Amino acid sequence: MQAYDIRVTLGRRAILKGVDFEARPGEVTAIAGPNGSGKTTLLRAMTGEVPFSGRVLLNGHDTAAMKPWQLAAIRAVQPQSAAIAFPFTVLEIVRLGLRAGLAAADSDLPLRALAQVDLAGFAHRFYQDLSGGEQQRVQLARVMVQVWEPVRDGVPRWLILDEPVASLDIGHQFTVMDLARSYAARGGGVVAVMHDLNLTAMFADRITLVHAGRVAADGVPAEVLTHDTLAQVYGCPVPVNRVPPAGVPYLLPQARAV
Amino acid sequence: MSLAIDAPAAAGPGTDRRVQARRLTVVLAALLAGMSVFSLAWGASGTSLWGALGDLAAGRELSRLDRIILFDIRLPRLVLGVLVGAALAVSGALLQGLFRNPLADPAIVGVSAGAGLAAMAAIVLGTALPAAVQQAAGSYLVSIAAFFGSWIAILVLYRISTRGGRTSVATMLLAGIAISALANAGTGMITFMADDSQLRDLTFWNMGSLAGATWAKVFAAAPVIWLALLAAPFLARGLNGLALGEAAAGHTGIPVQRVKNTAILTVAAATGAAVAVSGGIGFVGIVVPHLLRLATGPDHHSLLPNAGLLGASLLLAADMISRVAVAPAELPIGIITAVLGAPFFLWILLRRFGSMGI
Ligand SMILES: Nc1ncnc2c1ncn2[C@@H]1O[C@H](COP(=O)(O)OP(=O)(O)OP(=O)(O)O)[C@@H](O)[C@H]1O
Ligand SMILES: [Mg+2]
Repeated sequence: MQAYDIRVTLGRRAILKGVDFEARPGEVTAIAGPNGSGKTTLLRAMTGEVPFSGRVLLNGHDTAAMKPWQLAAIRAVQPQSAAIAFPFTVLEIVRLGLRAGLAAADSDLPLRALAQVDLAGFAHRFYQDLSGGEQQRVQLARVMVQVWEPVRDGVPRWLILDEPVASLDIGHQFTVMDLARSYAARGGGVVAVMHDLNLTAMFADRITLVHAGRVAADGVPAEVLTHDTLAQVYGCPVPVNRVPPAGVPYLLPQARAV
Repeated sequence: MSLAIDAPAAAGPGTDRRVQARRLTVVLAALLAGMSVFSLAWGASGTSLWGALGDLAAGRELSRLDRIILFDIRLPRLVLGVLVGAALAVSGALLQGLFRNPLADPAIVGVSAGAGLAAMAAIVLGTALPAAVQQAAGSYLVSIAAFFGSWIAILVLYRISTRGGRTSVATMLLAGIAISALANAGTGMITFMADDSQLRDLTFWNMGSLAGATWAKVFAAAPVIWLALLAAPFLARGLNGLALGEAAAGHTGIPVQRVKNTAILTVAAATGAAVAVSGGIGFVGIVVPHLLRLATGPDHHSLLPNAGLLGASLLLAADMISRVAVAPAELPIGIITAVLGAPFFLWILLRRFGSMGI
């Protein structure tokens, strides 16, 4: 998935000022950056939710020329927050993903997806009665069902997630990031907006750091998560260290220079 | 939303609401069949369906009076009641799916008022149209006008209350009040211009009634309502998806704009045709889908057909009440549905208000 020179203007403000972005199948690509830097807007532009100028390619095809059902068959998008009209049950919500991805209507995929996000037994509860973190995992199950096999007919499929771990506890953060990793390991592409840089460093293959509507840095975590870049983008100098075996960088907020 | 609170028993672990909904469809179809027989058998005159059936079975000719009462008075009224009840209930369910809230009803948000205004205008001002146009439109003139009236009302309503794919319930209800007021002003003006014989035609719009049912009216409304009822199930997947929000619906492959336009056209057709033949019968479109959602959930695949069946039964029941409440005179059916439906509407409003504001 590639995006070239994405520009978005909302109202009279230029929100994105020429962003290039690339994500590869088989990898987890994280989009990070401060609040209001334009991460959600970038996702919304790349998924066609907001008008933008520039080009977005998905598996080599220009998305502007694709029909909603063609896109839905190879790409599922998890929204940052989701209120639902009417009292649907969890299972009914997850099934909406099933119909979208052209899978057999009566398969047991929805139940398997719910088990994967650790919500087995929630199938017949009302979505509206769930906690924020539980609702978020239901949405993840729904989008996973939509593009269940990471590769179909030799074509990689894509999971696009806006802050998939934002309101999750640490255990479920791992559950979700493990799912994303395994999806990529099996050949699919994952693009996720992330705030937790430590988690990002652990799970992402590449990071695109957005700052004030532009790309401040992109590359593998070790290149992007450096003291200087973080100080410049987030405006707070945090020491960056490395865990010995793999050399994965980690931040120690307690050691912040004041 | 608080609406869910009553339902857990209906959706306990291990149960699938799709199965329950299919069973309910059978029950509702049986109910409608029963109500139809009941409504044929029952009336102000002494004619008895059973007597007539007995006569037919014994090979005797029906008396002329019996024939007229059964086939020219009760039967068209029955068919019209079924059509109108189904049209209003399905319109309500479609509007609610479109606006993503359970308070949208054709009569409450001004769609019926728009259809009524256009229909009255057609009756009173239609005679001023060129003869060729009158000839071509024939008995459909009123229905066609009502369709355009309700279509315009929905388009205006949607424009006002939906911004960036989100509907504000408060704005929708207030805009509905404004559209109704405007349409009623127009209606008043047309009443003022009408002559005496037209006035008689017009009065029933204010109340809503099936009393004037004739085969001509049935034939004017039936094709349009059938078309709308047949189109509705094709919107089920789209409306289910819209519950996720417009953007998310698009990402699941739903052609959002086409679903919205089709839903608006379908509601306009069904409501327009219903209003053209029966006036402003309110609250059927809100009571029926709401009860069904409590029973078997909001999935439009079952909600839409079940709403049609229950709406038809409900209207037949209300019609029977209207015939006996002040017999031998008749109460307009719109009064019955309002008396039953308005408190129901307030109940939904208060429960929503209590839990999440509007
Ligand atoms: N509809 C809109 N109209 C005007 N400005 C908007 C609109 N939506 C977003 N913005 C602005 O665009 C900027 C980027 O917003 P965006 O939602 O992309 O940020 P983000 O990087 O996702 O932030 P967060 O980390 O808080 O989720 C913000 O300054 C925001 O105020
Ligand atoms: Mg965001």
